[in-house]
Amino acid sequence: MQKAYKKYFWIFVLPTLIAFILFFVIPFILGIGLSFCKFTTVTNARWVGLDNYVKAFSNKDFLNALGFTVKFTVVSVITINVIAFIFAYALTRGIKGTNLFRTTFFMPNLIGGIVLGYIWQLMINGVLSGFGATITTDPKYGFWGLVILMNWQQIGYMMIIYIAGIQNIPTELVEAAKIDGATKMQALFKVTIPMLMSSVTICLFLTLTNSFKLFDQNLALTAGAPSKKTAMMALDIFTTFYNRNGWEGVGQAKAVIFFIIVGALALSQLYFTRNKEVEN
Amino acid sequence: MKMKKFLAAALAVTMVAGLSVGCKSNKSDSSDEGTVYYLSFKPEQAEQWEAIGKEYTKKTGVKVKVQTAASGTYEQTLKSEIAKKDAPTIFQVNGPVGYQNWKDYCADLSDSDLYSWLNDKSMAIEGEDGGVFAVPYAVEGYGVIYNQEIMDKYFALDGAKVESMDDINNFNTLKEVVEDMTEKKDQLGIAGVFSSTSFSPGEDWRWQTHLMNLPIYYEYKDAGVTDEDEITFEYNKEFKNIFDLYLNNSVTEPAMLGSKTVADSMAEFALGKSAMVQNGNWAWGDINGVDGNTVKEDKVKYLPIYTGMDGEEKQGLCVGGENYFCINSEASEADQKASLEFLQWLFGTDEGKDKVTNELGFITPFNTFEDDEKPTDPLAQEVIRYMENKDLTSVSWDFQTFPSQTFKDNLGASLLEYASGNKEWKSVVSDCVADWRTEKEATAE
Repeated sequence: MQKAYKKYFWIFVLPTLIAFILFFVIPFILGIGLSFCKFTTVTNARWVGLDNYVKAFSNKDFLNALGFTVKFTVVSVITINVIAFIFAYALTRGIKGTNLFRTTFFMPNLIGGIVLGYIWQLMINGVLSGFGATITTDPKYGFWGLVILMNWQQIGYMMIIYIAGIQNIPTELVEAAKIDGATKMQALFKVTIPMLMSSVTICLFLTLTNSFKLFDQNLALTAGAPSKKTAMMALDIFTTFYNRNGWEGVGQAKAVIFFIIVGALALSQLYFTRNKEVEN
Repeated sequence: MKMKKFLAAALAVTMVAGLSVGCKSNKSDSSDEGTVYYLSFKPEQAEQWEAIGKEYTKKTGVKVKVQTAASGTYEQTLKSEIAKKDAPTIFQVNGPVGYQNWKDYCADLSDSDLYSWLNDKSMAIEGEDGGVFAVPYAVEGYGVIYNQEIMDKYFALDGAKVESMDDINNFNTLKEVVEDMTEKKDQLGIAGVFSSTSFSPGEDWRWQTHLMNLPIYYEYKDAGVTDEDEITFEYNKEFKNIFDLYLNNSVTEPAMLGSKTVADSMAEFALGKSAMVQNGNWAWGDINGVDGNTVKEDKVKYLPIYTGMDGEEKQGLCVGGENYFCINSEASEADQKASLEFLQWLFGTDEGKDKVTNELGFITPFNTFEDDEKPTDPLAQEVIRYMENKDLTSVSWDFQTFPSQTFKDNLGASLLEYASGNKEWKSVVSDCVADWRTEKEATAE
């Protein structure tokens, strides 16, 4: 059987490979090429060299968006993972109604980003109207609104991953720790969490990249208001591309820079947390 | 086993059949007659355009495809559609700035009937080296829409500042009346004189584009130009006059404006909660379509936007167009010809004109339209009335020369911050002037 797989694997890979090349690799290479061009549509591009990159880096909005994105990512990665882990820990203790809780917490994840953004915009505006403000009054509101929204959406998903991880820890290990006289806290930090590092790797990776690439929620919740102070990088790329004639190439250049940043961050994070993983 | 073989054969047959059907329909597509593909800008008229396309096909046999871009996504949609093999043959630009972006795709229309029908040939967009590349097809106007019934109620009150709308022909009188109305709003049964100054994201165009047009119009007029690389925003005080009046006599607290949409404002007006709202004649559908609408059709009128300029008694509505047809020069000869014929049928024959007037409701700039072929909705009628009044000068739509969408968005954001008390007027002005310069530089080529 193994041998047959080896012999024919390319047949099985082929359909996916073709789709991947057609819809991912080729557009990606075209996209990098276009970042060196001035164009209105993809068919009338004209080479301009590094001009677009110079414009992208001298663009204040882009750097502001980078700052906002980093701040947002740091806060939301920490809050999402800590809260998701607490939920997962609580829901593996055998409390009554565990399944109901798990389902309910997971549900927000099934709603699309744009819809969530508008729903939360209504709710946050509703609350803030009591104080005579709206979400666009102060960038602070937009920032925390986004954090709350992302937490609400992502915690359930990360929780499921942590639950699976916790359930995979052999009970002998925890029992052995107990017999050796470890307190609950010690068991948690010395046994459970180290054994969970593979889940942590996945969850950190997902939350980090999701937060960095956030677009729909940002667009729907504040659209960058007030004065682009709550615009994240993806939204800034979008507005550069569409809202200024002749700047399509700069938007494309920003997108390439964005790709490099996200790639570098994600890979280094994977490298560091993988090192901490323990073999079962 | 037999079953399997049979299934395989059946599947193969269906696949081949599908292929051959595909080929056939492809063939009939590429006839020599040419086909028309119009990418429409107005979601509110999607159905009407599609019906017109179908009707034309039935008449002439020429295939007409009409697609409509979702609200606010025209540029995006056009960018992706035009790169396709089956690209739009007719598309539209919003003025000289839009034309700059699409000039590689605009065919020369100077020999076309459509261009020759224009009442005012200077309205078309000309290329730098001659030639006509975009032809306007609709004229629109905006100003302050008011509800005559509420105004009459006010005029009947003791101590009303003026006796009729005819007395309001400058900013000072308007301000006096509006502030007096705000004081007596309980007697008038309104929540505020003006509808909410909507500032929800993407809903601020009435201020950053339409209202901003007035100071720029006067600035251009003083300098005798039609576009400038740098502005001084000399008439910012006049802009502030009217903007403050909107904010201080509004249905909504200034701090809450960030959550209001244009639809909210129009609904407030339609329900009689406010007496005035700034918008264009396209808004009639919005007013008329609101459930529980209390505004009577013959009681909706227009007032020009007065800002406190000298001699504004002679100022009319802001009249212009943001809709220009272009024919895709990259499309095949036959397609281009068919597209032009379609447009000329629509704007040149009795049948087509009937649809333009009664279904699309356009006030057109073409001389093929007689007086009795003009739209009948109350706001369009008002725009025509103002245009035909020889004593008044219409304000042209100079916002077509605003540097970019980014400029408008930034100005809108600035105005919102000013409205909610987080920004000084001085910085609004200086940011706007600086932005104009950088955006003009950024998009210059």
